[in-house]
Amino acid sequence: MRVLIVDDSKTMRKIERSVLVKLGYEDIEEAVNGQDAMSKVAAFKPDLILLDWNMPIMDGITFLRNLRAKDTATRVIMVTTESEKSRVIEAIKAGVNNYAVKPFTPDSISKIIETTMANAA
Amino acid sequence: MSIQAAHINAFLESTKTLFDTMIGMPVSFETPKIKDGNQPYDISGVIGLSGDVVGCVLIGFDQDAAINIVTKFTGEPAELNTPDFDDAIGEVVNMIAGGAKAKFEGMDVSIGCPSVITSPKHQVTSPSAAESIIIPCVTAAGGFQIEISFRSVTPLSGTAERNTPVTQMKRA
Repeated sequence: MRVLIVDDSKTMRKIERSVLVKLGYEDIEEAVNGQDAMSKVAAFKPDLILLDWNMPIMDGITFLRNLRAKDTATRVIMVTTESEKSRVIEAIKAGVNNYAVKPFTPDSISKIIETTMANAA
Repeated sequence: MSIQAAHINAFLESTKTLFDTMIGMPVSFETPKIKDGNQPYDISGVIGLSGDVVGCVLIGFDQDAAINIVTKFTGEPAELNTPDFDDAIGEVVNMIAGGAKAKFEGMDVSIGCPSVITSPKHQVTSPSAAESIIIPCVTAAGGFQIEISFRSVTPLSGTAERNTPVTQMKRA
């Protein structure tokens, strides 16, 4: 199972990577913004993407719309501080599969990842 | 337009949530006060607000508190003046400001990307047209301050009690 972490914060990428490793995921790639993620998706072909919203150059919602224009299979979890109802609705309309609000505990995001991948099976 | 008690409470709640979940230590708060003169900090993280609230949020630390808090946050010994350290401070500001603005009911507010300043005893001047409130925060790792500066704000929806302006707060 391949997982792509997309976040401009190295701290958050490290934290999310450690959660994924504890869940048994080993094939993990990172991208620092939406534009970087677009090229990494083509090469890495992830099964799951953990996606931040607010990033420079290309934000998460723009990346998601671009991704969904050609890929409806890859699971995407938005991991973001944006928790207003309007934002969540916007992400759902853009094609997100699940939503995790920062800050999170390792347990809470682990459950969201497991649920998302179980629903994909 | 003035900063309201509900805005302050939103910052208290988001700070507590961050420290409870990802930093893993209790945080308590002293009485918020109107900013009267610049405060000296060794490290500060600043993030802008736009939309129905225009202003900025600054989180200011002394060196020891910043190092201790980043160490707890990342789980690794923190090293000052490194990109990783600045990134961690920026993420702390991002989550406190992001969590708070999400609680501004009925308001559309965006946050920018954080900036981090590291320089001993530096001062950050708030926007001249802004009302600024300081929230002193206390942790076992050291204290820090949250400065909220709003230049304009659309009134929150809700009760008169929630919308109480903070003009009665004592000056620093």
